[in-house]
Amino acid sequence: MGRTSTLLLSVAATVLAGTMPALSAWQPQKPIEFVATAGPGGGTDNLARAVQNIITKYKLTEQPIVVVNKGGGSGAEGYVYGKASAGDPYKVIFGTSNAWQQPLVSKVAFNYTDLTPIAAMAQDEFLLWVKQDAPYKTAGDYLKAAASGEFKMGGAQSKDTDEVLTRMIEKAGHVKLTYIPFKSGAETAVQLAGGHLDSHVNNPSESLGQWRGGTQRPLCVFNPKRLPQGAKVTATEGWGDVPTCVEQGLDIKQYEQPRTVWLPGKVTPDQAAFFVDLMKKVQATPEWKDYIEKTSQVDTFLTGAEFDKFIKEDLEHVKQVAGEQGWLVK
Amino acid sequence: MDNLAELLHGFTIAVTVPHLVLMAVGVLLGILVGVLPGLGAPNGVSLLLPLTFGMQPVSAIILLSSMYWGALFGGSVTSILFNIPGEPSSVATTFDGYPMARDGRPTTALATAFGSAAFGALIGVILITFLASWVAQVALAFGPPEYFAVYFLAFASFVGMGGAAPIKTVVALAIGFAIAAIGIDTVSGSVRLTMGIDELVKGVNFVVAVMGLFGIGELLVAVEEEIHARAVSSKIDWGEVFRAVGRLPQHSVALLRSAAIGCWMGITPGGPTAASFMSYGIARRFSRRGRYFGTGEVEGIISPETADHAAGTSALLPMLSLGIPGSATAAVMMGGLMIWGLNPGPMLFVDQKDFVWGLIASMYVGNIVAVALVLLTVPVFAALMRIPFVIIAPLIVIICVVGAYSVSNSYLDVVMMLGFGIVGYLFKKLFYPLAPLVLAIVIGDKAEDAFRQSMLMSKGSLGIFFANKLVTCLIVAGIALLLLPLALQLARPWRKPASRTKETTAKEKVII
Repeated sequence: MGRTSTLLLSVAATVLAGTMPALSAWQPQKPIEFVATAGPGGGTDNLARAVQNIITKYKLTEQPIVVVNKGGGSGAEGYVYGKASAGDPYKVIFGTSNAWQQPLVSKVAFNYTDLTPIAAMAQDEFLLWVKQDAPYKTAGDYLKAAASGEFKMGGAQSKDTDEVLTRMIEKAGHVKLTYIPFKSGAETAVQLAGGHLDSHVNNPSESLGQWRGGTQRPLCVFNPKRLPQGAKVTATEGWGDVPTCVEQGLDIKQYEQPRTVWLPGKVTPDQAAFFVDLMKKVQATPEWKDYIEKTSQVDTFLTGAEFDKFIKEDLEHVKQVAGEQGWLVK
Repeated sequence: MDNLAELLHGFTIAVTVPHLVLMAVGVLLGILVGVLPGLGAPNGVSLLLPLTFGMQPVSAIILLSSMYWGALFGGSVTSILFNIPGEPSSVATTFDGYPMARDGRPTTALATAFGSAAFGALIGVILITFLASWVAQVALAFGPPEYFAVYFLAFASFVGMGGAAPIKTVVALAIGFAIAAIGIDTVSGSVRLTMGIDELVKGVNFVVAVMGLFGIGELLVAVEEEIHARAVSSKIDWGEVFRAVGRLPQHSVALLRSAAIGCWMGITPGGPTAASFMSYGIARRFSRRGRYFGTGEVEGIISPETADHAAGTSALLPMLSLGIPGSATAAVMMGGLMIWGLNPGPMLFVDQKDFVWGLIASMYVGNIVAVALVLLTVPVFAALMRIPFVIIAPLIVIICVVGAYSVSNSYLDVVMMLGFGIVGYLFKKLFYPLAPLVLAIVIGDKAEDAFRQSMLMSKGSLGIFFANKLVTCLIVAGIALLLLPLALQLARPWRKPASRTKETTAKEKVII
């Protein structure tokens, strides 16, 4: 019975789509909820609100959009909510790579396979930061000094992206670091400014103000090539002047954090296609470019098979690090 | 005196007709979200944030910070009238504010709260004006051990003060710590105490807990004891509003002490909630009428309110100068700053003088606008107390249910809120103190994180808590506050064995 009606509906939809090619197959009929898997003010929240703002401004859909924050449990609250909303295309979940990383290392009640991937919309870069008056000028110097084994590395959350990168640095640089987890990157940046830590691996936007203010400086960026030049951050330097870590003898070619968008599981391909299309339209606006530039992220758009491939590769990589550290659950 | 010249320049930016209108709008919206529990300042500010994207950054921050002031004031209204704290930081205001309002003096309670709050905010702004750069340096000195020491001090100042049986205080604290541990642990990243309920991974929201413990708990007690069930006859008395504010200078010691505690906790990011609890605890210890605290004492309202607002105001300073938010609302505003294209941090004071000093000047003006508006509303709010209990009780239930649901649109929160209501009722009937429970829920996990971060840094040595002057002073002060009542108790038998019975009755009333 259910199958017959679905069949009839899809036939009807095809007929309709045939007669009205301008309309995409599925359109939202009620308000849409954007679920940010972070508290107000965090990077993920900013993304959700920026996208909401652009959609509203350009009237990319007729339906109103509300942003709700479900950032409890390092974002797990939002993903669990997404899992519980299976089949509901009116809940769009905004997150990061923790959608697939978190289930590996803690017993959370979701996995990324419970969700429908829509896109990865931006990549946040990672840099190695030290205090402004630290004696080392390059990542090589830093590693030499860190050989003492007394270095304290700060980062946001435990067994998350920052700690994974820390363990990668330990391996590539043959050093031992004490990792101290804090609630957020901003908090970590202040701890470094106060001299309570030796280094951290914040994203550009998390330490931008601190760099300008002369409390800390980046040694190198975890990317195969230097970042786009852009405007100067300090009097003399901009992001493009930061050398890559490989250049400086720290052999970690690439480490990035994607900002990801999901629908709950069990939605129809038409519904998913609508949101992929919507996000593409958002990305084409000047406001999006502005957002990317102000938050010092890298513009990217991965969807479909490309996005799947990215997840698979990242997952393999994290699994390896987590396995070596004994973090894997189950 | 550079700062003074900058400030005057700031006033020329802040005191313009459009900005004054924005302030009034912001304050009124703020009072509204502050009065409705569950909505609160952080949510109110994030709702308003998208509207500000097209504005000048100065106008935007004036609107948002005015809303913040309004919400801070509004949060006290429901605490005093219905025993439902709208904001975490107004929990301590319920301890004496609610008994005073029930006693037929809601006007006095509200006017006292608003007057002392305005005083606290003013001290906070003056501090920002003159000590901005120094304060920024102090805040930088705080690493994990120092944070832990500050939280320890907050616990010690509140817990050691007696009132309830010490063992009951410890039990309440322990339950609070257990509740604070629910959800994902920052330091190990593992999930704790979810008891098979997937959604509990988010932890227990503070608002859900206090609305149940205080709002519903009090309601259950009131239903049982008929005396509460009558309406309070309170006249709409404009004169009393001004008389209550006029009496404030008599409590200048309490005002100044609380403002100092508030500023200190706002800068060292202990935050307004810890500040209000600590201030209440210390006032109770050192006030001559300390033993009557909890029965509607004026200083029991002044202390938490002054500290709360002093901390709330000075919490904006670390946000501007360091990029670290001292409160949840400051965190939302910081998100706003970045979207407006400003980067909070040390350079803001150099690059964006107009913005920073316009904001600081608007804090002076905004607070005056806020206190004027809020004092005007006192008789209106006080009149709510005249509504009969049979009408107000279902309204309180509705407010609590809607408030709990709106925290994160979750049905589980409503169930938990009702559960906390029963816990609150049992605590009251069995003379267990609620305050240590609440304090542990609010800052328990932060204290735990700070302690374990310190242990990671020192590789397990407790010596890190005595590693420098700052942290040693804080820890020693905490231990002293913890042991003081014990020492006093030991000394008592030799001093005066009299008036035993009277004290016990006062004590029983005082348990909160």
